[in-house]
Amino acid sequence: MAGRLPRLLTAGSVAPADRRYHRAVPDTRPPQDCVIHARGLTKRFGAFMAVDGVDFDVAPGEAFGFLGPNGAGKTSTMRMIGTVSPVTAGTLTVFGLDPAHNGARIRSRLGVVPQADTLDNELSVLENLLIYGRYFGLPWNESRRRAKELLDFVQLTERSGDQVEPLSGGMKRRLVIARALINEPEMLLLDEPTTGLDPQARHLLWDRLYRLKQRGVTLCLTTHYMDEAEQLCDRLVVMDKAKIVAEGSPRQLIEQYVTREVLELRFNRDEGEDGVAGAADDSSHIDHQLDGLAERIEQLPDRLLVYTADGDATAAAAFERGLRPASVLVRRSTLEDVFLRLTGRSLIE
Amino acid sequence: MMAASGAPVAARRGLLSGLTSHPSLREFEHDLLVFRRGWHSYMLSGLSQPFLYLLSMGIGLGLYVNRNGGAPGGVPYLNYIAPALLVTQAMMAASFESAWPIMGKIAWEKTYLAALNTPLGATSLLAGDMMWIAFRAVLLSVLFFVAILVFGAVSSPLAVLAIPVAVLTAMAFAAPIIAFTATQKTDQPFNMLFRFGITPLFLFSGTFFPIEKLPLFLQPLAWITPLYHGVSLARGFSLGQVDPLADLVHVAVLCGFAAAGLTAARITFRRRLEV
Repeated sequence: MAGRLPRLLTAGSVAPADRRYHRAVPDTRPPQDCVIHARGLTKRFGAFMAVDGVDFDVAPGEAFGFLGPNGAGKTSTMRMIGTVSPVTAGTLTVFGLDPAHNGARIRSRLGVVPQADTLDNELSVLENLLIYGRYFGLPWNESRRRAKELLDFVQLTERSGDQVEPLSGGMKRRLVIARALINEPEMLLLDEPTTGLDPQARHLLWDRLYRLKQRGVTLCLTTHYMDEAEQLCDRLVVMDKAKIVAEGSPRQLIEQYVTREVLELRFNRDEGEDGVAGAADDSSHIDHQLDGLAERIEQLPDRLLVYTADGDATAAAAFERGLRPASVLVRRSTLEDVFLRLTGRSLIE
Repeated sequence: MMAASGAPVAARRGLLSGLTSHPSLREFEHDLLVFRRGWHSYMLSGLSQPFLYLLSMGIGLGLYVNRNGGAPGGVPYLNYIAPALLVTQAMMAASFESAWPIMGKIAWEKTYLAALNTPLGATSLLAGDMMWIAFRAVLLSVLFFVAILVFGAVSSPLAVLAIPVAVLTAMAFAAPIIAFTATQKTDQPFNMLFRFGITPLFLFSGTFFPIEKLPLFLQPLAWITPLYHGVSLARGFSLGQVDPLADLVHVAVLCGFAAAGLTAARITFRRRLEV
């Protein structure tokens, strides 16, 4: 199966790792070298600003992510890239083409995995792929050949004659991905590809997406899962309130916005003399006691996050100062910490 | 074509490929693929409905009407209502199909949204589904006409023209309704549309009795509804009573409704789907 998608294979060889960006995208890059080129990209629905002048470029073969909470403007951006939603203002080119005038040409080279499955419940698993191939203008026999290969690729061959409705969430998602690949796209747009799936289904999906990336398919995805962004994305932008607030590789973002490690301290609130109010007093008191030990302290409702290069050393120092937390956890920083830092709130809320 | 529906797709590949060189035909092809599952029962009900109507209304009710002089001009009641029933059946089916199933494709199953991620655009989807609704109207009308022939309820060879008239009437309803469907968030308004729009039209557009028997103030209302024109046209052909000028007006009204509906639908489809 791996060798049966020739266009995907050849595209892979033009995107070695060193061609990826490692810092903010220079404005000088000619748009035709980018799969996606956006400058001041804006989407407004009436008075509501969904996407507010964002700039980004996506290189061929790259896995690019939009990370952000619900309502940050990720889906609106994806729909503009997919040429199904007109651009309100700014510049956008996809494959060097203008979506306003070349929508159908762009779509013929894209694979789209929308947030909702949008499968046809009146057709079988195989028929869903067949007719989608027809939508792309494939002859029936070619559509059938690809459909069978793709069902194999997403491990649904045994369900090929079944109705869609009884499939599990993970199977439906895989079928939608297979459907998005029927035209052998150069780029896959995935809008929250694993939302609502169980861990097994997520990992199987990630594996398939990784294989596609290996074959040179450009991946452009949105997610509000940190682990997904770290697993899949070479580079990502964090969106919040219709704007891009940070951009870089997962590692770069962590280095830039947070420390290497995080010390999580939990204090037992019940021990405070006045209950919750006492606890609040305690934590400001604790903040004070930690002065100079950490670069930054984030106070969450249930715990303190202490950002530090060496979590163990900081924990020991805190003990020396007489702090007695109920629990101590030292861990590496993640994108979630970056998000907390950038938006001042927990991402999955 | 439908006779081969049970056969595997591969067997009909050549025919379908020939059919579909334009993107708007792909949505039609999709509907055809879905139809492969349920076509037997569709055809069966398409054939049994006319038998039931013609038997109960044409023969049953007709017995009483004919005893009292028959329909206007002394025409047997069966011959009088048969072409009208043919047109109304096609109109009812097309109205239904431009409401709920289209709503499903837009808002429930969202299959339109999947199709829009391919080279197809909103206008291709509209064109494809209008073709599909027209195709089903042809099927139903042909079946109905077969039933009419079995009952021997035709007075003129021109009666066969009732089929295109029924399809045109179906389009005159389907086009405005599909335009309306694309503006709706829920299917609630459809119940109102059928209860207070489609059903009264079915009953009072000259289907069962001449509109001249309606209260005077209601007659102009019948005039501006497309069903009256479809029914008059089909009945004229069926009874062999052709009035070129009046018939031209009937055709013009039906075409006008269809064209206006399609123009509106093109706008509402794009507004709904390309946002």
